[in-house]
Amino acid sequence: MSFSTPDGVVRAVDGVSFSLERGRTLGIVGESGSGKSAMSLAILGLQTGRTCQVGGRIWLDEEDLLAAAPGRVRDLRGSLMAMIFQDPLSALHPYYTVGWQIAEAYRAKTPVTRRQSWARAVEMLGRVGIPQPRQRARDYPHQFSGGMRQRAMIAMALSCEPELLIADEPTTALDVTVQAQILELIAGLQAELRTAVIIITHDLGIVAEVADETLVMYSGQVMERGSTEQVFRAPQHPYTWGLLTSVTGLNRPRRDRLVAIPGAPPSLIDLPAGCPFHPRCPYAGQTGGLAGHSRPALREASPGHWVACHLTDQSRARVFAQEVQPAL
Amino acid sequence: MTNSGTAPAQDPQDSPADSTGELLRVSQLTKHFPATRGVLLRRPAGHVRAVDGISFSMRRGETLGLVGETGCGKSTTGRMLAGFLPATSGQVTFDGRDLDEARRTDGKRLYREIQMIFQDPYSALNPRHTVGTIIAAPFRYQHITPPGGIRRAVQELLEQVGLSPEHYNRHPQDFSGGQRQRICVARAIALRPKLIIADEPVSALDVSIQAQIINLLSDLRDQQGMAYLFIAHDLSVVRHISDRVAVMYLGKIVELADNDLLYAAPRHPYTRALLSAVPVPDPTARKQRLRLAGEPPSPLNPPSGCHFRTRCWKAQAVCETTEPPLAGADPRHQVACHFPEDG
Repeated sequence: MSFSTPDGVVRAVDGVSFSLERGRTLGIVGESGSGKSAMSLAILGLQTGRTCQVGGRIWLDEEDLLAAAPGRVRDLRGSLMAMIFQDPLSALHPYYTVGWQIAEAYRAKTPVTRRQSWARAVEMLGRVGIPQPRQRARDYPHQFSGGMRQRAMIAMALSCEPELLIADEPTTALDVTVQAQILELIAGLQAELRTAVIIITHDLGIVAEVADETLVMYSGQVMERGSTEQVFRAPQHPYTWGLLTSVTGLNRPRRDRLVAIPGAPPSLIDLPAGCPFHPRCPYAGQTGGLAGHSRPALREASPGHWVACHLTDQSRARVFAQEVQPAL
Repeated sequence: MTNSGTAPAQDPQDSPADSTGELLRVSQLTKHFPATRGVLLRRPAGHVRAVDGISFSMRRGETLGLVGETGCGKSTTGRMLAGFLPATSGQVTFDGRDLDEARRTDGKRLYREIQMIFQDPYSALNPRHTVGTIIAAPFRYQHITPPGGIRRAVQELLEQVGLSPEHYNRHPQDFSGGQRQRICVARAIALRPKLIIADEPVSALDVSIQAQIINLLSDLRDQQGMAYLFIAHDLSVVRHISDRVAVMYLGKIVELADNDLLYAAPRHPYTRALLSAVPVPDPTARKQRLRLAGEPPSPLNPPSGCHFRTRCWKAQAVCETTEPPLAGADPRHQVACHFPEDG
């Protein structure tokens, strides 16, 4: 997936592959500019236009979304796949009541009357834990608190019981106690509706908490992919090591100094040759010069656990055991 | 504690001898914002009690973490101490002087001693100025010429915060978020303040960059011995840098304790719930949360008695009638609760 900009072509997402089963949760972790949000917009067919080219295949239930007609994608969006965004205040229209907006979204995808869709809106608001949904459905977004707005967004996204829900930083704007409520709510509804969920976040704690599988992205590319157990217990990629050792998890003993990843993420217009992470990677020197030359392919380090790194399995195992494990 | 560094304005009385003394004492600090109702006919509708009588003190060179959720008054507290907002009532003693009095008589001088670092390094730097101008501003404003000249002092500051002296003539837009925050830090430490108020200094940054800035702040503290009031919503970040931590809820400090005590054995139910709500990066630690129902009530009309009682699972009749004072047998662990957990 690439964008043309006045400064050059930005490859926001570059050769990312994954699959997700019904009822499962995929966590996508990455920093700003890693392409995680751009990818979710591509799945929903929201990235079109002259400046953006999307290549590859996206399959949803046997249907190729990129080959499908725009009208078809529009039909699927909302009914089979839905999204919740980081900032619910800008995703809700300030002029319409919350109930009206949920009812409208439902009516657009289902052949129901206005009365039925209103009843559905009230029902969904109740299901996401809004007290007195009948009254609150008549409120405007500004009358809701941040957490309630995010609940309303979830109600809207799930009103048609989609197969796939993409949650892009759904709790970043919320306080931790409310975040815990929202994550619990998503997990509860997911279990009930057997929805597949993609949760996009920069917070490793959230991924560890809710995801079955984890995808680590850097500069638009997949660095590591595996079950959440694998990625957090036996991380393979130096970038993942850096992320895991630099976060200040409350489960870890307090340290005098944090282990920081040096440098900053590269510009997507001017990516370094070879592995995009190599200028910040402390182990790039151990690849025999490969890191600066060729892009590492994603390969299976252990069953179901994929990594894109030039380091040999032996040197990775050694570094992990000697340097990373003690810091975790 | 103090080293023979680059910048001037070293106060002679700031000797290692009194480096453990009290730097700041805040008592019954209050900020009420008037609230109005209606658009055309604005009628007063009570007060938003953003900060509602808080007291704490800080030693020289100490880092106090101030945590809480949105609207608890932590930023308002920081802004009052920095002099951006007048307090409604209360008394603040800074370095042996009354802060209000000092600000009235010699406000400019006070900016040498109290500096602030903001959350958003994008809006905290003037895009039309060069980095050199930005970091030199404190010297120019205070009419201070450091030995060796301002330019040299600025370049040394740039090196101190992990940038390069060649960055002197660049503009803020040439830098990433983490580097911009380093520029803000350089500006804040230029005059060697005794207190730096850091309001969410890392929450706008990427995870891998947050650790860099936290490390930078602790290194500078070790070199120069300034005190930090570190305001943040992220309990794990605060834990890392703070000596003591104050937890705020709806304008009140509900718990104030030494770092290790607070995280190992939180005594206020709110602190416990807050700690329990933080996701940890370990998939095996998926735990039964202490779930708080609802959201904080409006500070326009806080609950009577204990402000937390409407969300508290231990609340009883006394919580509704009597406000619990911040107290405790152990001076290192104060809690404002009628039924605290065992420490």
